[in-house]
Amino acid sequence: MLKSIENIGAIVISSLEQTGRTFNLLLIVFWELLQPPYRLYPIVRQMYFIGARSLTLIIVSGVTIGMVLGLQFYNILERFGAVDLLGAGVALSVIRELGPVMTSLMVVGRAGSSITAELGIMRITEQVDALECMAISPGKFLIAPKLVAGLLSVPLLTMVFDFVALFGGYFVGVYMFGLPEGSYMNGMTDAIEWVDVRLGLVKSVIFGLLITLICCARGFYMHLGKAGSQGAEGVSSVTTDAVVMSSIAVLFSDFLIGALI
Amino acid sequence: MSTDNSQRNAISIRNLVVDYGQRRILSDVNLDIPMGQIMVIMGQSGAGKTTLLRCLLGLKKPTSGSVHILGTDIASASLREINKVRIQMGVAFQGGALFSSMSVAENIQLALREHTNLDEKTIEIMTRIKLDMVNMLPAEHLMPAELSGGMTKRAALARAIIMDPKLLFFDEPSAGLDPSTAAELDQLIITLKNTMRMTIVVVTHELDSIFKIADHIAVMSNGLIIETGTPQQITASTNPEIQGMLNRKPRETIVDTDTHLRRLTGGV
Repeated sequence: MLKSIENIGAIVISSLEQTGRTFNLLLIVFWELLQPPYRLYPIVRQMYFIGARSLTLIIVSGVTIGMVLGLQFYNILERFGAVDLLGAGVALSVIRELGPVMTSLMVVGRAGSSITAELGIMRITEQVDALECMAISPGKFLIAPKLVAGLLSVPLLTMVFDFVALFGGYFVGVYMFGLPEGSYMNGMTDAIEWVDVRLGLVKSVIFGLLITLICCARGFYMHLGKAGSQGAEGVSSVTTDAVVMSSIAVLFSDFLIGALI
Repeated sequence: MSTDNSQRNAISIRNLVVDYGQRRILSDVNLDIPMGQIMVIMGQSGAGKTTLLRCLLGLKKPTSGSVHILGTDIASASLREINKVRIQMGVAFQGGALFSSMSVAENIQLALREHTNLDEKTIEIMTRIKLDMVNMLPAEHLMPAELSGGMTKRAALARAIIMDPKLLFFDEPSAGLDPSTAAELDQLIITLKNTMRMTIVVVTHELDSIFKIADHIAVMSNGLIIETGTPQQITASTNPEIQGMLNRKPRETIVDTDTHLRRLTGGV
């Protein structure tokens, strides 16, 4: 019994330490971002990695999810004789919830995991120490471009996801079930308000920051965790942790934002 | 520590203590490293050599004591002050620690790009000069993954000397290298000292290298510096532990039979 309480206590302390380190890293990086020199190229390079190289995945998953939504909504709405609301249903679900959440989860799986693995390997092969010894801040050199790129890329990818998902729903409604095109489009444009678009974008900015921050922090501080001295196994373990933690953070903050805004 | 001593010594370590949790890794280490000399820190595995090196590089804050490098106590200095010292230092890590996403040339140029306003042409020429010094000119455009162990160490050395540092640190320069490549690196270290007048600190346990390159040797054991002196003084030492290291004798672990059995059976 006592042992179980000790274990729970240890987990709570370790989680609090991790959270503290993560937000400390955020403050350090934002402070260092304000210091000269200001360089755009590393951010563009990371945007290519996080954003452009995720584009195919986002388009494929966006179209698929839009089609699935179209299919499910049509079956439900048909029972109530309200198939005219298909466009509105798909658009509201995608723009307010599924767009930012699914995009963020896809980015976590594709780019977040490799950010953690890259930083973890740099840590265990003394590359981070080498940077410090060259009087180059690892926060500014390694973390800041990734964080800014995540902050900018996720909202852009979300817009792409939203667009192709709406197209997926349109394809199912209009071409598979023969809904009039005007009915789908009018339903969509009537239902969507600026506040919905803004909510989706706010979510995607917050998710972009959260996932890149968590993935960077888990890799960068891997030597401080239990897995610190475990080499390849340690890297694999922190990478899994980063993906799980980022996904939970996205889902939980989605709920919080939804409840607060 | 007098001002005269500070000026003559590139590094002065006083009463350095480092603990990791409950374990004491370094106990009251004192050491002076004179300007323009090669100091080899030797000792068996687990003696505390790497921890001492990390303290010298400002990567590990000691529990107590002082580490004066080029006049700055980096044990108590701010990060900004430590970085001012670091710009005058070069470090070649054991595994090279080259940035895997950059070519050899880009690795070497990084410090110049970050800390100077030199134009592209000058940076390229300086990179080639350093690569030539370490016989790596043909490998300029290779990626770190394409290099052999010896090439990696030489590329790391070129990166370490790109800013013409006053102090050069080497962690196990010849570890994992064949004898002829190790001898080449030893020669390179001596050449660097003579041509660039650097103070060089080498952490190693390779006896052949030690006696070839060292002006001074500090012998470590169990977190303590047990002897310092010239290679001749160390060879003549009567300390049985040093003689054991020099004659490659296995460490004696004196444990009585009962204790040994208890350890094996877990006290059952």
